[in-house]
Amino acid sequence: MNIYVIMKRTFDTEEKIVIENGKISEEGVEFIINPYDEYAIEEAIQLRDDHGGEVTVVSIGDEEVEKELRTALAMGADKAVLINNEELDDSDQYTTTALLAAYFEDKEYDIILGGNVSNDNSTGQIGPRLAEKLGIAYVTTITKLDIDGTTATMERDVEGDMEVVEAQLPLLVTAQQGLNEPRYPSLPGIMKAKKKPLEEIDYDDLDIDEDEIEAKTETIEVYLPPKKEAGKVLEGEIGDQVEELVKLLRQEAKVI
Amino acid sequence: MAKKVLVFAEARDNELRNVSFEAIAAGKEIAAGGEVIAAIAGENVSSLTDPLFHYGADRVIKVEDEKLKNYTSDGYGQAFLQIVQSVDPDAILMPHTSMGKDLAPRLASKLDAGLISDATGIELDGETVVFTRPIYSGKAFEKKKVKEGIVIATIRPNNITALESDESRSGEVFEESVEIKDLRTIVKEVVRKSTSGVDLSEAKVIVAGGRGVKSEEGFEPLQELADLLGAAVGASRGACDADYCDYSLQIGQTGKVVTPDLYIACGISGAIQHLAGMSNSKVIVAINKDPEASIFNVADYGIVGDLFEVVPLLTQEFKKVLQTS
Repeated sequence: MNIYVIMKRTFDTEEKIVIENGKISEEGVEFIINPYDEYAIEEAIQLRDDHGGEVTVVSIGDEEVEKELRTALAMGADKAVLINNEELDDSDQYTTTALLAAYFEDKEYDIILGGNVSNDNSTGQIGPRLAEKLGIAYVTTITKLDIDGTTATMERDVEGDMEVVEAQLPLLVTAQQGLNEPRYPSLPGIMKAKKKPLEEIDYDDLDIDEDEIEAKTETIEVYLPPKKEAGKVLEGEIGDQVEELVKLLRQEAKVI
Repeated sequence: MAKKVLVFAEARDNELRNVSFEAIAAGKEIAAGGEVIAAIAGENVSSLTDPLFHYGADRVIKVEDEKLKNYTSDGYGQAFLQIVQSVDPDAILMPHTSMGKDLAPRLASKLDAGLISDATGIELDGETVVFTRPIYSGKAFEKKKVKEGIVIATIRPNNITALESDESRSGEVFEESVEIKDLRTIVKEVVRKSTSGVDLSEAKVIVAGGRGVKSEEGFEPLQELADLLGAAVGASRGACDADYCDYSLQIGQTGKVVTPDLYIACGISGAIQHLAGMSNSKVIVAINKDPEASIFNVADYGIVGDLFEVVPLLTQEFKKVLQTS
């Protein structure tokens, strides 16, 4: 099986956001593999172990992304590809999709996996956008995946309910939490990863027209939400506190 | 300049979701005196068209087809694309729900258009529509616009206020017949897991539990309170990881981001990832044994105490006052 994973490097979920000169500062920030993409990588490795074939992890970004790609290789992926977009100043989900679509144009794939959303921009657009461009079916927010021949049977999370969905390969799927427990890279895995192929492609080496990848959207301003003031911690007998709380919720906050 | 705005409404259990009306209100704003066209698709949606007018739609398009009984990207994708082509709107709005998240990017990709996902606010700057949306799960916000061409956006539930329903409003319902073929994904089964039927993303009140609930059974008092208040039950990652509840209940940076009117956090310490998912709720109540828990830093009201003592008392007290009022 030819298995591909699309992966994004994101801020560690522990990070606080700092804005400097109107932009989100990356100074001193720890980066990780987007947690939802980690489920996709784990699922891809398990698919390969069950069905044979190869797992290739593809990411877009600058050279720093090599670190997360090596982590994916250490988890057990076979190959990594970095599409370097450092020279590209203007990018949005349309751009990212166009680059990925150009990359996949001459590839043979049975399944492409990704996270259902990234924990930074959280648009969740890339999976469905890419599937549409490649002309293949897609299923989002999956929590279970079984492949038998060319038929994929999946469970997907639909706002708490569960759908069982069937589709034929080639297929793109996006991972939801609960799909699996991503493994930690083992020490031998980390050693092996150093020798695995990590290909770097400059974005303009892809068969694309610069005009065709221009972002369709523009960020005007980035800001932090107003800091929430710590509120009222009630005092007294628990029973009295509960009574007061209900009164406050009804009369002061007026939410009940 | 007046614009033509197409709003894709959404129903669940044959009832329109409130976010459909919120999207119509957003559409009115963008239309700036122009026309708001609401479209609804499904197997049988005739009973759903009236409320769309009541909440402000100027025109309603309905699509009925047995192939639209269950949502599939292919089925709804084909139906919606055909509606878009026949309406030729300046802007398209969809709810940022399971359906909208799955479908809007496909439509945008098909139309080679920009898409603003998960908008929580809309303002007009001259002719330009400026959207507000959370990033880093609400740790920050951005204002964003589509540079040119058709504007597509998904609207997060519970953030834009729907218009008052005006039952005297009506209009013409246009029936669009669509040809749906080659469904590449087949829905075999739909399993209902959300117990109370109140969806987390749209809930006005959420009662959430953390590690402090200690077990699956520990959620029972929370569920009782939720049932009384018509609330949804949520959880922190800690509670999900410990297997006290399903991952679909998780609120936080991984999991759902929610903005209810009232969030009652029970036995949740308030890790930064959890706070990202709920701290933009309008009113937050924290119940925790540990007075140092960081959940108290974002709470409007806090009770330091054992949730197993406090929550049942709270249910009792609400019962009392709701009965007498």
